[in-house]
Amino acid sequence: MTLTYHLQIVNLLAALLLLISFAMLSQRRIAGLITLFAWQGAALTASTALVAWSTGQHHLYYSAALTLVLKVIGMPWFFFRIVKKLDMDRDVEPMINIPTTMLIGIVLVIFSFNLALPISELSGTVMRSTLGIALACVLLAFLMMITRSKAIPQVIGFLAIENSLFFAATSATYGMPLVVELGVALDVMVGVFVMGIFFFQIRETFDSLDLKHMEKLKEK
Amino acid sequence: MEIYWLLGIPLTGGIFLALWGCRKNAPEINALFSFLTLIAAALLTARIVEGGPMMVGAGWFFIDSFNVFLVALTALVAFTTSLFSRPYMRIEQEHGRLNAQRLRLYHSSYQIFIAAMLLALTTNNMGILWVAMEAATLATVLLVSLYRTPASLEAAWKYFILCGVGIALALFGTILLYFAAEKVLGSGGTALQWTQLNGVKAQLEPTVLSLAFVFLLVGYGTKVGLAPLHSWLPDAHAEGPTPVSAVLSGLLLNVALYAVMRSKVLVDGALGNNMAGNLMMGFGLLSVVLAAFLIKRQTDVKRMFAYSSIEHMGLITFAFGMGGAVANFAALLHMTMHSLTKSAIFFAVGHATQKAGTQLMADIRGLIQTNPTLGWGLMLGTVAILGVPPFGVFASEFLIITTAMHEHPWATPFLLLALGVAFASIFGKVQPMVFGETELPKLSYQPALTPVFLHLGLVLMLGLFIPPYLADWYRQAAQLLGG
Repeated sequence: MTLTYHLQIVNLLAALLLLISFAMLSQRRIAGLITLFAWQGAALTASTALVAWSTGQHHLYYSAALTLVLKVIGMPWFFFRIVKKLDMDRDVEPMINIPTTMLIGIVLVIFSFNLALPISELSGTVMRSTLGIALACVLLAFLMMITRSKAIPQVIGFLAIENSLFFAATSATYGMPLVVELGVALDVMVGVFVMGIFFFQIRETFDSLDLKHMEKLKEK
Repeated sequence: MEIYWLLGIPLTGGIFLALWGCRKNAPEINALFSFLTLIAAALLTARIVEGGPMMVGAGWFFIDSFNVFLVALTALVAFTTSLFSRPYMRIEQEHGRLNAQRLRLYHSSYQIFIAAMLLALTTNNMGILWVAMEAATLATVLLVSLYRTPASLEAAWKYFILCGVGIALALFGTILLYFAAEKVLGSGGTALQWTQLNGVKAQLEPTVLSLAFVFLLVGYGTKVGLAPLHSWLPDAHAEGPTPVSAVLSGLLLNVALYAVMRSKVLVDGALGNNMAGNLMMGFGLLSVVLAAFLIKRQTDVKRMFAYSSIEHMGLITFAFGMGGAVANFAALLHMTMHSLTKSAIFFAVGHATQKAGTQLMADIRGLIQTNPTLGWGLMLGTVAILGVPPFGVFASEFLIITTAMHEHPWATPFLLLALGVAFASIFGKVQPMVFGETELPKLSYQPALTPVFLHLGLVLMLGLFIPPYLADWYRQAAQLLGG
């Protein structure tokens, strides 16, 4: 009885994740994007903690705590600081064709539900139906990376993929072994740090974080 | 025990050089740590040759003849590259392209990169393998952008984003693998251990495993440089410092392919058909052909040899895809030959570009006049990589092509055509660089050419005669891969 109740909430959070992914796809302002990313992390934390509580998988608590510290507090703070330092609070990205991007996004969602169907039938966890959503979030984040031309949105897209993958791991298998999750978290943290250094280097060299300046290396 | 030394030495080296890397003798310290790593690798190899496969540290590490040969190769090339980078980086500093701070970053990242690769090779856990691969990428991103030129920043950014996305796909593949394993092995830390998985591979769910393999192949394949996911590779090789190009080409690509092969063994066991092999053959063949035709259009020498790496990695992937004892043997042999030869070429190319002050082939002329050993090193390396007998590359390519003729005759014309095109274009471009007239100045430091001739000597020796114990070793490794 309680399990179905929990299941409803987890499903709700999954839907929220998907919604946030769509919102990220259409968000033009960098500050807004960072906030959305923090919310996505929060939804992920909540769902992981809930699954941990309802199924008694204690190691998931660590995973939830890690997400909370890194992806809800640490990284958004770091990004906000960079945005402030590089003085691009008000940067608005000129994006055309938001409706088309949305339509492609919907097609991706349908595709990922179909792809996940045979796997979720095999899964024994309580939240197997959410695997499709996790896969959809991965693909939407990909789409976001492709459609953006600025450095920070691309990195946020990359981190959104990571978020969705963690969600996939939780929904399909109650999370990866703890050591692996710790390792992945460490990598992501170092990655974001490296990116931080990188932003400054790019900015110093090109005087902008627009990646349009970085299209010189092509096959002639 | 050796395994802890093997991983501990480069890691300590990385930390040490991060703290004290500004010293004048940092290049020597770097070489020293690499040498100690090589000794640890040699001891480990001796242990495995004597006692067979072993598990260390409660199942966290697993060493068999397949990965120990890559460990030995990695440690060897890492050491010789550190020798080469000693004068190379000093000259770069003198030319004003680098300062002491950046050299500190370089030396520290170099050691951590080696540690990450060795961890990827020796770990028994598919999850840790992923973590180590990602760590190896992160360690090299800032190395690619070391010169801080616009082009190098662009290359590093591309490298980070493409490999990051690729490796995210591999993570999804790993999750799927764990998902399938959990059904059989129960949840917990052991379900991702390769040895455990290998024991129960026949019971793993085939649909999940085939999907997992697609993700793992595309993910790690991005790092192998398989077409059409290769576009980061030529940029990163051309814009980064040459020692980095040498280790990327000679080592990182091998390690990524190693990850693919570990997954393939599991998938083959679960599926009982050659789905994984067919996919690898497809990607491999595409890479060989595409790279061969792109080589033709290159004007930058490092870019050209980067494409040649894509071609050779494609060839190795194709051979592993064919499977069977002979093809696996040939692929392993070719991995060794390619690593040694390609890093030797990059060493020679590095000094040649420093001499000419450009990477454009049209402006590098007559190396043999000003510096005969350098000229001969580049020429012999090129001849070796193009598969001219008696060098070892010929032996492995010959084996791969004859096996292909036997088992997949349709692929042979493509392979021969690609090898022919690559031969004509590379030879035609390197020949005037080595011979021809010149007025290039001398280098301020004595170039490090011993590593070049050491590598080429090994390749020549293995082409003429493979010692029986070495052949046995390769055969064992080929068997492990399902030969």
